[in-house]
Amino acid sequence: MYEITEARFLAQDIKLLKIYSPPIAKKRKAGQFVIIRVAENGERIPLTIADSDTDAGTVTVIVQGIGKTTKELNRKETGDTICDIVGPLGKPSEIEKFGTAVSIGGGVGTAIAYPTAVALQQAGNHVITINGARSKDMVILEEEMKAVSDEAYITTDDGSYGVHGFVTTQLQELIDSGKQIDFVLAIGPIPMMRAVAEVTRPHGINTVVSLNPIMVDGTGMCGGCRVQVDGKVQFACVDGPEFDAHKVDFNNLVNRNRVYIDHERKSLEKFEHNCRLDQQAQELQSATV
Amino acid sequence: MAELLPIKERTKISRQSMPEQVALERAHNFEEVNLGLTPEQAVLDAQRCLQCKKPTCMDGCPVEVKITDFLELVVKEDFLGAAKKIKEDNMLPAICGRVCPQETQCEVQCKIAKNFGAVSIGRLERFVADYEMAKGVAPEKPKAKKLGKKVAVVGSGPAGLSCAGDLINLGYDVTVFEALHELGGVLVYGIPEFRLPKEIVRKEVDNLRKMGVEFKTNVVIGATYTIDELMQEEGFSAVFVAVGAGLPWFMNIPGEALAGVYSANEFLTRVNLMKAYKFPDYDSPILSCVDKNVAVFGGGNVAMDAVRTALRLGAKAATIYYRRSEAEMPAREEEIHHAKDEGVKFEMLTTPIELLGDENERLHSMKCIRMELGEPDASGRRRPVPIEGSEYVVPIDIAVVSIGNGSNPLISQTSPDIDTNKWGNIVADEETMKTSKKGVFAGGDIVTGGATVILAMGAGRKAARGIHEFLTGGSW
Ligand SMILES: Cc1cc2nc3c(=O)[nH]c(=O)nc-3n(C[C@H](O)[C@H](O)[C@H](O)COP(=O)(O)OP(=O)(O)OC[C@H]3O[C@@H](n4cnc5c(N)ncnc54)[C@H](O)[C@@H]3O)c2cc1C
Ligand SMILES: Cc1cc2nc3c(=O)[nH]c(=O)nc-3n(C[C@H](O)[C@H](O)[C@H](O)COP(=O)(O)OP(=O)(O)OC[C@H]3O[C@@H](n4cnc5c(N)ncnc54)[C@H](O)[C@@H]3O)c2cc1C
Ligand code: SF4
Ligand code: SF4
Ligand code: FES
Repeated sequence: MYEITEARFLAQDIKLLKIYSPPIAKKRKAGQFVIIRVAENGERIPLTIADSDTDAGTVTVIVQGIGKTTKELNRKETGDTICDIVGPLGKPSEIEKFGTAVSIGGGVGTAIAYPTAVALQQAGNHVITINGARSKDMVILEEEMKAVSDEAYITTDDGSYGVHGFVTTQLQELIDSGKQIDFVLAIGPIPMMRAVAEVTRPHGINTVVSLNPIMVDGTGMCGGCRVQVDGKVQFACVDGPEFDAHKVDFNNLVNRNRVYIDHERKSLEKFEHNCRLDQQAQELQSATV
Repeated sequence: MAELLPIKERTKISRQSMPEQVALERAHNFEEVNLGLTPEQAVLDAQRCLQCKKPTCMDGCPVEVKITDFLELVVKEDFLGAAKKIKEDNMLPAICGRVCPQETQCEVQCKIAKNFGAVSIGRLERFVADYEMAKGVAPEKPKAKKLGKKVAVVGSGPAGLSCAGDLINLGYDVTVFEALHELGGVLVYGIPEFRLPKEIVRKEVDNLRKMGVEFKTNVVIGATYTIDELMQEEGFSAVFVAVGAGLPWFMNIPGEALAGVYSANEFLTRVNLMKAYKFPDYDSPILSCVDKNVAVFGGGNVAMDAVRTALRLGAKAATIYYRRSEAEMPAREEEIHHAKDEGVKFEMLTTPIELLGDENERLHSMKCIRMELGEPDASGRRRPVPIEGSEYVVPIDIAVVSIGNGSNPLISQTSPDIDTNKWGNIVADEETMKTSKKGVFAGGDIVTGGATVILAMGAGRKAARGIHEFLTGGSW
């Protein structure tokens, strides 16, 4: 059992959790992830390490509740426990002094991009961050991102905050303004990463994406996380998760990620049904007391 | 107590058959197929042993279980004594009795094998081990005095477990590090419940825990700690690397990236470790096999396990595609036989050359080619040669690639001073299990490539001896 030492919502359905695991906290580097299992009957899911505190021995993850496991995790409070956490897994981001580096995060991808943005700044890059969200109330880590950026942009799909449009709107504008860009890191939903790749491709800008295939063990044992890069099979958990955006077969990733859609829906319905029952039971109990 | 029969009488007793679940019933559940001999059958079969002066059976067992002695104790109905006798050489008899390829090891070498059918050494081993387990016999506490030295075992498969057992008995402080959340290696994530109930593995691990072995799950050596860190920062004087061969090979044919194509490791891990067959009570999903055509590529134990698992998940047809003929199949006889009884189909001398899918990249069929056997290759088996023009297309919904595993590079990448061969296997001395790195030993599948449970256990025991020698003043 691993204790959650802090849990708080950053935005609707997006929660920050600090989990006690000193060896992982000590070892982890930007770009790496953990695999967690919430409960005994649970699934193993990968989550990027957003930050760590070696003194407190904690690892920070930022989780968007989209399905059964992430929603279950997001119901955890400070002091609760989870069954398993293992890591740090995957290759660390390859950080260099590129010159001008743009870090792009979409939605919860902002949390995944954050540690790499920190590392890019520490390596002496001129760091530009572009963080996209659906609307103002979904913007996360605004202050943290500003603190590591030389230029920080926020885009919202509905225009309720920052630039009206997508992260690519802002990226295109930077490129069009004639700015020399040496490196782009994009992390977020697959359509967003694909769009960024298409924006930078004609300019030959070195672009890296962090892929999110379905994983099981996270150690190279099952091959379930395989992705097609440059026509070759790569295991994202050990060869990645970061890859050259211009060589990734995004279609294949989208299609492979969809295979369990029916299972995922069923699992979530069952979970939410049970949550409702729990709540009703609680209400009844407090009413009778 | 059963009386000892004269020799002539002994050979008149026929080899006892294993009671098993009815084939067509068991093909739909995950309960164990073999039910185990009854005590009466056990005594009868043990009596068939001639107690040879030069027993050849023992030469066939990689860890030289004292077969004659334990069989004699079975005849005397001293089942607990028999179990203890086996454990002098084989720490996990309940497991080996179930999964050893006896027909190519101890039993093939039994002197009466040819004329009367071998003594059922494996089944008897299983019988006495189960008997002991059912009686709840507690493991003996190590008697050796504590040596005050820490040894790390990396991986909790049969190699790691047996090494840990011997080391704790020698007086070391032993910690086993396991990457997954459960202990047992292939015994829990690979070999299915219907062949090896996980409860048995759990009990064996518990016994080791009672003897004082410490287990740490969720630790990946090479990621959470490197081997150098174990030795320099965490205070371990020696390390035994027993991480198995866990990197699935694919066939490199078009379409392997389609959704619906699994490696055997993934397919079996989802079902065994993650219990996907109990979805939605367990969260991990697996694509539904119900009324589907499932194709498994390969001819080893792993392929048999995968194909029989597919049947149990409700497949309409579960078929083995193997590029050689049945005679060359490396799987155990019993498994092939069980698979056939359950309704598995076998397409021999056939190999897929392309997997085909729809516009959403979902697998729907495959193109195969027929093969014929040509000249023997390096392995001595006749090489399969494609027959030109014999291609055909069959509809399939799920494919499971089961053509073997390479070695996981996590350890060698982070400890480059451990020598590996051209396949990435760790190079270790055959007797001491020493690697090229001082204080580091290795054994099991990571050294040999995919092999057997008993060979891995034997390697674990050798390593324990090697480690003891090294830590009691031996040089490197
Ligand atoms: C390397 C990596 C790092 C990640 N980091 C983060 C992070 O920091 N924060 C975060 O919120 N999310 C992260 N994710 C995504 C997260 O793992 C999935 O959202 C989560 O597994 C969904 O599980 P669920 O049961 O809640 O949803 P489900 O309803 O089961 O699935 C929703 C979608 O999530 C994906 N998914 C499902 N199961 C898995 C699985 N076992 N492994 C991977 N993906 C799966 C599929 O695309 C699926 O369609 C990361 C994924 C990867 C591969
Ligand atoms: C499906 C299947 C069926 C089989 N059937 C039979 C059979 O019937 N009879 C038979 O004799 N043999 C059979 N085998 C082969 C047999 O199981 C193996 O030869 C044996 O398990 C090898 O033992 P091992 O201890 O070397 O490794 P494994 O059993 O593979 O155990 C290695 C362990 O190390 C862990 N690990 C890996 N990397 C790390 C790391 N970096 N840090 C920490 N832990 C790590 C793994 O998670 C695993 O738990 C079968 C194999 C499979 C896959
Ligand atoms: S350990 Fe295996 S090979 Fe040895 S005697 Fe037992 S069943 Fe036979
Ligand atoms: S070879 Fe066969 S008959 Fe002879 S001692 Fe061994 S088991 Fe008994
Ligand atoms: S998750 Fe199993 S190999 Fe990557």
